[in-house]
Amino acid sequence: MRSFEYEAPSSLAEATALLASAKGTARVLAGGTDLVVQLRERLRDADLVVDVKHIPELMELNYSPGMGLRLGASVPCYRIYENPDLVATYPALIDAAHIVGGWQIQSRASIGGNLCTSSPAGDTITTLIALGAHCVIAGPHGNREVPAQEFCTAPGKNLLQKGEILVAIVFPGPGQKSGSAYERFIPRNEMDIAVAGVSSWVRLDAAGKTIAEARVALAAVAPTPRFASEASQWLVGKPATAETFAHAGELAKKVASPISDMRGTAEYRTHLVGVLTKRTLAKAVERACG
Amino acid sequence: MSKKTHVTATLNGETVEFLCEPRHSLLEVLRDTLQMTGAKEGCNNGNCGACTVMLNGRPVNSCLVLGVEAEGATLETVEGIASHAHLHPIQQCFLEGAALQCGICTPGFLIAAKALLEQNPNPSEHEIRFKLANNLCRCTGYDKIVKAVQAAALELQKAAP
Repeated sequence: MRSFEYEAPSSLAEATALLASAKGTARVLAGGTDLVVQLRERLRDADLVVDVKHIPELMELNYSPGMGLRLGASVPCYRIYENPDLVATYPALIDAAHIVGGWQIQSRASIGGNLCTSSPAGDTITTLIALGAHCVIAGPHGNREVPAQEFCTAPGKNLLQKGEILVAIVFPGPGQKSGSAYERFIPRNEMDIAVAGVSSWVRLDAAGKTIAEARVALAAVAPTPRFASEASQWLVGKPATAETFAHAGELAKKVASPISDMRGTAEYRTHLVGVLTKRTLAKAVERACG
Repeated sequence: MSKKTHVTATLNGETVEFLCEPRHSLLEVLRDTLQMTGAKEGCNNGNCGACTVMLNGRPVNSCLVLGVEAEGATLETVEGIASHAHLHPIQQCFLEGAALQCGICTPGFLIAAKALLEQNPNPSEHEIRFKLANNLCRCTGYDKIVKAVQAAALELQKAAP
């Protein structure tokens, strides 16, 4: 690995100042499961690496039924799926956190890191979109918040400016009669990159028969993770039935503009969007009822 | 070259101090500086798990941790799991079940399997395979490894009070 300087600030102000004033390229280090590989393989360069795991705001995990979840950007995946409150309230987030790499990776890798890597196939990003999460960003000129679906701008790129840092991801409270699910398709059982992935969130009406609100998001079928807005809007007021889920899958396919590569053809990926939308909606509704 | 940083950590129960550059991985520090060559370098990119060690009670790929990140940390490597002349039951079960051939992957499997059994003393076969998916073996296939972990689970349960 080419040599670089290392800093481990203990406050946000210190971190943003370091990043803003860095000569050359500064990179943020959370779990390191992407960054260390990229630096070693010279896919990315760094003159300064800023380890943000000593900043309390980035390591906080705070949930209350009323306020929802505030998830520090560097909180490793295992802290999410080992938290009983989150298992009960944000099941799609649990589905996703469980399959980011393997067990060793999950000891270190964070949802915030996954988001900042901004891969079109990032397993957790679609779930942030489906759950209506917001990204809290701190910078030399103050804080800002953006919806998760606006964060990624191109493969490997996002809207963070020099000196800015992703602090936390904020999720609204799950709400009554709601449920969510994430599924991806991979040719093996674990440890692979999604050929396609779909995350769905639904809220049912009081009787539990009709969809009151829905959000569907897609992975690995466009240059960035995508919010399937037409499918999501169409679902409102529809009965929670297999026919409804199948039609939503057809609508979600319209948002997919995949490439063909070694993982699958564009046609196959588009087909998968339909299948996975149907399955995740059914699972989300089942969880909403359970 | 960046300035070397002085790092203090606990390794297998003993305090260790070392100097390293920020670009040096924990795996490099363990093997080249501390002469603890149990953890192996396989892929050096987080896929194979041969470099698995415990960092503050969690299994990690030490090739993806910077040595400087270990400041104040508690580390456990394969060198620390046997007690005196006695192999750990997991080591004994790997040996008796022929769950290794070339041995390169074994230290990583032992650390991950020990962590798994400490978290769940009675895992299903599915859970063993899922949790050990970050460890690759190119010799045995995985059946003997899974059986060794199941045998070790029984041994450890017998030994538990």
